[in-house]
Amino acid sequence: MGIRILKAGLLTTVQDMGRTGYQSQGFGVSGVMDVRSFKIANLLLDNPENEAVLEFTLIGPTLEFTSACIIAITGGDFHPEVNGEPAPMYTALYMKKGDILKLGSARTGSRGYIAFSGYLKIPVVMGSRCTSLKSKIGGFKGRKLMEGDYISFRIKRNYLPFFLSRKLDLHEYDEESVTLRVVMGPQDDMFSKQGIHNFLNEEYTVTSDFDRMGCRLEGPFIAPKTTSDIISEGIALGSIQVPSHGKPIILLADRQTTGGYAKIATVISVDIPKLVQRKTDQKIRFEAVSVEEAQRLYQEEENSYIAMHALIHKPCKEVLVVRQVAKRIRRLFPDEA
Amino acid sequence: MEDIRILTAGDSSLLIEFGHEINPEINRKIKSMVELMKEQHIEGVLDVIPAFCSLLINYDPRVTSYAEITRRMKKLLKVETSAGSEKKKVYEIPVCYGGKYGPDLAFIAEHAGMSEEEVIALHSSKDYLIYMLGFLPGFCYLGGLDERLHTPRLATPRIKIDAGSVGIGGSQTGIYPMDSPGGWQLMGMTPVKTYDPERETPILFEAGDYIRFVPVDEDEYLRIKEQVARGEYECTIREGEV
Repeated sequence: MGIRILKAGLLTTVQDMGRTGYQSQGFGVSGVMDVRSFKIANLLLDNPENEAVLEFTLIGPTLEFTSACIIAITGGDFHPEVNGEPAPMYTALYMKKGDILKLGSARTGSRGYIAFSGYLKIPVVMGSRCTSLKSKIGGFKGRKLMEGDYISFRIKRNYLPFFLSRKLDLHEYDEESVTLRVVMGPQDDMFSKQGIHNFLNEEYTVTSDFDRMGCRLEGPFIAPKTTSDIISEGIALGSIQVPSHGKPIILLADRQTTGGYAKIATVISVDIPKLVQRKTDQKIRFEAVSVEEAQRLYQEEENSYIAMHALIHKPCKEVLVVRQVAKRIRRLFPDEA
Repeated sequence: MEDIRILTAGDSSLLIEFGHEINPEINRKIKSMVELMKEQHIEGVLDVIPAFCSLLINYDPRVTSYAEITRRMKKLLKVETSAGSEKKKVYEIPVCYGGKYGPDLAFIAEHAGMSEEEVIALHSSKDYLIYMLGFLPGFCYLGGLDERLHTPRLATPRIKIDAGSVGIGGSQTGIYPMDSPGGWQLMGMTPVKTYDPERETPILFEAGDYIRFVPVDEDEYLRIKEQVARGEYECTIREGEV
């Protein structure tokens, strides 16, 4: 009762919202890169907010279901196929025993997520099921998934009310250029006027140095007044550190807990998903907002989840369109078609 | 108190800056602040990262706001605390300096205007206080590096530094507990695993302990490395007064 990994994809890991509370001992938080896609995947299945999912990068995995389960796929467009037939994303999908789910390579975005109604049977380590690749703990044996790995489900949960309504019309992450909003600081006063001007007005390019730890950008020099070395201090998610080479590095889920380079600004929480869904060579601009504005946007994002939840918890209008219903029902019972 | 600044670090974190130098007094203040916060159970605080002279507080903006958490912190910072007595525990860490084990030793020596031998003698001549753990699981930030050995970080950090590397970054010295990117100047290598997830105690040290580097030659290094691999090596630990 679970899933077997037929092909692992480029980097597929078990993730949740991360391992908080241990950063004072040098253990990083880890957890999903794109919290928005993660939350929506679980939301589509009425899963607990922090239920573990599979996160995959650029090239998705191929999975075999050894028992029935309802799943939801979110994030970049990985054009999923079930038994060779295209299947929608941002939609609750009923998988039967023996079904094969194949994720392709990312057409838009760079990361995707699969949530499972049966909940992945992954031990909780230090309060989380997430994989910490650096510490080699958590998730599936502290590592990325490989061909032949098998993960069981914790429960049998094959029925969800309003099943046909459980889909969202979202096409995110297909922009060529994005603007990331930032809160300036904590060390913006260490950079020259010209450096800050460049940072807020020029375009930056995502380099190939882009992984779960951080994203290195190429673009106009952000000069420190003297040096960007500081006495090492704690690092927040989305911190934009600029070493003396003048090129920004944005620190992400697998970031180290502390570091010794000055940080010009911090990407606001709701814009982190836009960043982590970028690909190499795509463009980024920065715009400063106040911390109050950032927190207002955070709350707005929370409210949008509540709205999505309401949207998928009412009877489906399509029920009235007989052909559509027939099509979806046929998918559930292909053998009898 | 006058020197203390509260800075923003995005919409979910706050940075309290206690000063701009590495000294045991400032570090103790941060420790007491962390203890106070634990006692008071501040609503919305998820995680704290105490460092040399700063404290990063991660909070949930759904539970508390920037204004509210700043107000609470300002109040806490006014509470007077007293320091307790200390006893020290010194871990002796064997290090093979220079050569392929320490590719930047020559640069450090040149920067300090001394010979490589003098750098090694100076670096291994004192007990270093572990101010905090961070950056990586088990990475110790050590205080007390002789000023003559202060060396700027690499302008472009290395993509991979091997576990066990001993280096200098600015005014700090330390050991890389696992393979990692980093910007420190590398001066040597220890065969001891300071972090081992398979071990009963994954991390060798705790904040407040001391480290003493002991120079060893390559033969000794390889011998200890074998013992470590067999799980037979144990660091010498000395006890003493601060």
